[in-house]
Amino acid sequence: MQELLQQLVNGISWGSIYSLIALGYTMVYGILRFINFAHGDVYMVGAFVAYYSVFFLGLRSGGVAGALGALAVIALAMLAAAVLGVSIERLAYKPVRRQARLTALITAIGVSLFLENAGILAFGAEPKFFPQIIASKSLRLPGGAYVTTHQLLVLGGSLVLMVGLNLIVYRTKIGLGMRALSLNRDVANLMGVPTDRIIAFTFGLGSALAAAAGVLVALSNPRIDPLMGLLPGLKAFVAAVLGGIGSIPGAMVGGLLMGIAETLVSGYISSTYRDAIAFSILIVILLVRPAGLFGRAVTEKV
Amino acid sequence: MSRRMVQLPATWVCVALMATLGCGQETLSIRIGEFSALTGDKATFGQSTTRGLGLAIDEANAAGGVGGVMLRLISEDDQGKPEEAATAVNKLVTQDQVITVLGEVASSNSLAGAPICQDNKVPMITPSSTNPAVTEVGDYIFRVCFIDPFQGVVMARFAAEHLGLTRVGILRDVKSDYSVGLATFFAREFTRLGGTIVGDESYQQGDVDFKAPLTALITRQPEGLFVPGYYTEVGLIARQARELQYKGPLMGGDGWDSPKLAEIGAEAIEGAYFSNHYSIDDPAPEVQNFVQRYKQKYGGSPDAFAATAYDAAALLVEKLRAMQQEDTQLFAALVGGIPGDAGGREQRRQALARLRDLLAGTRDFRGVTGLITLDAQRNAQKPAVVLQVSAGQYRFVTRISA
Repeated sequence: MQELLQQLVNGISWGSIYSLIALGYTMVYGILRFINFAHGDVYMVGAFVAYYSVFFLGLRSGGVAGALGALAVIALAMLAAAVLGVSIERLAYKPVRRQARLTALITAIGVSLFLENAGILAFGAEPKFFPQIIASKSLRLPGGAYVTTHQLLVLGGSLVLMVGLNLIVYRTKIGLGMRALSLNRDVANLMGVPTDRIIAFTFGLGSALAAAAGVLVALSNPRIDPLMGLLPGLKAFVAAVLGGIGSIPGAMVGGLLMGIAETLVSGYISSTYRDAIAFSILIVILLVRPAGLFGRAVTEKV
Repeated sequence: MSRRMVQLPATWVCVALMATLGCGQETLSIRIGEFSALTGDKATFGQSTTRGLGLAIDEANAAGGVGGVMLRLISEDDQGKPEEAATAVNKLVTQDQVITVLGEVASSNSLAGAPICQDNKVPMITPSSTNPAVTEVGDYIFRVCFIDPFQGVVMARFAAEHLGLTRVGILRDVKSDYSVGLATFFAREFTRLGGTIVGDESYQQGDVDFKAPLTALITRQPEGLFVPGYYTEVGLIARQARELQYKGPLMGGDGWDSPKLAEIGAEAIEGAYFSNHYSIDDPAPEVQNFVQRYKQKYGGSPDAFAATAYDAAALLVEKLRAMQQEDTQLFAALVGGIPGDAGGREQRRQALARLRDLLAGTRDFRGVTGLITLDAQRNAQKPAVVLQVSAGQYRFVTRISA
């Protein structure tokens, strides 16, 4: 029982990371019907911006100073990633928006490769180790499982960000615009919704979330390298599909389910299948319920 | 045809010919190749190895080279990946036309490069790959360190006798031949000594999260954990094991040896044990002398990979000297690149075969890492040391021989 509880704690911790990244995928798809494959690499950029910020700001570890430092670094990373996201959208995706979907898809893959290799060039291929600015303490949960301060940070941080996202999407004007665009872009345009601005905002928001995920991961799993976004990005994409791509609650639930499934398989069956389970889920969900758990099956009139 | 039409292309052809011919014959030297991980997850291995080799080669050149001919070390980076290792060795053997390949540290990469050396009949000496399969590739492949069947026994014996453990959990790296082999040999000996392996979990090189397999192991209440992986992952594994409140000792093999291990593992790796090829604390004069010379040249302290690399290169130099003394003409065939004519190539083949034979007959070579004698399988019979991580240093605990 204790083992199961511990694995669940581990799984939920990773799951919230996948949720944060999946939100970016799902929002962009909801509005543009387009999968931004470069999203996983924004997660990597966030981690690296945070890494260099720690040194730039001369942060110290532990205690309140550490916590404030972590917040500052997350904020910086989110800002940098938002700028990156908007730039990518303007430079790479906007010009191909009106063209065939395939063109945009290939462009996204190209941007992903560009970011990864630019990362290798700029940061070096060797992995770097994020300094532990927040001390790691283990707290015992009822039931015998242990949760570390890092895992709590990841959970807490993800929750705050997801609540914040919900507020933005459902309580603000720009959120209204995002929802309008996701229903019908052309009509929204005709109704006076500033399409370009909202699209840019969506990209920025999604990228900020991915960067936050990157920093949260770096704080607890300190090994960062330019290719770290590849696998989490793919898994988060699967999580988004699992939850129903285009649906925000779907992304949140999908991410959690993905994290839990991965950890349970890794712990009870074999660690070698950890990555395999993610892609098996993708295949199964596309066969059984392609719209995902929360998605609506949309029929397109041809 | 006008004069101009002939002159221009003719010039270019001459330049091209000179470039290609000239490539093989710059300043005549004996070319020694090395492939190692200079970047990537195992970068400290490659950096140490290159430095150890460099020290030995520089010392040989400072003493006038071999028979007056200078030695030239050509390094290739394989990024720690077997595919790149194969490409690197190919380049060394075919393009750079080296007479011997030195490398690699990681057994998976040695296994990738060895067949190429064997096919081209170029001797290869691995300074520290411990998986037995490496020298099994062929009779041109040598190693100057012990092999994992022995290393597994060393740690099993240490765990059972020195630490008195009866229940151990294993966490192995399935992507690494070294890790898988060492884990198997450890398990075999530990069970033979009466212990129980309570669990055998795995991870992959490059993973950052090990909580799932660690949780699975810790639930079975092992008295110790054997983690025969490479330093980057081991450091993280140690941290996560401690976060999961696991208090027992951690043990491992020579893949742990890196200054980065203590850096990554921090307090979590304190007190952990691992087997290794040599200890910097060894009071023997050759060792301390070597440590001094290394520090003088490079600043930092040499780890086991620098020491074994030094020995591999020093052994090669000794055999080259022996060859030069016994047959100057045959030795001359090793200088420079592969000759263009069939007769020259045959001479070269014979010279390489003779070098191979000399290497195979290595008896009691006094290396920094101990007396090296190569057995019939071209592996070295040497004792191992067990070190303990103590305040960021690796302190000598005990020496275990076969």
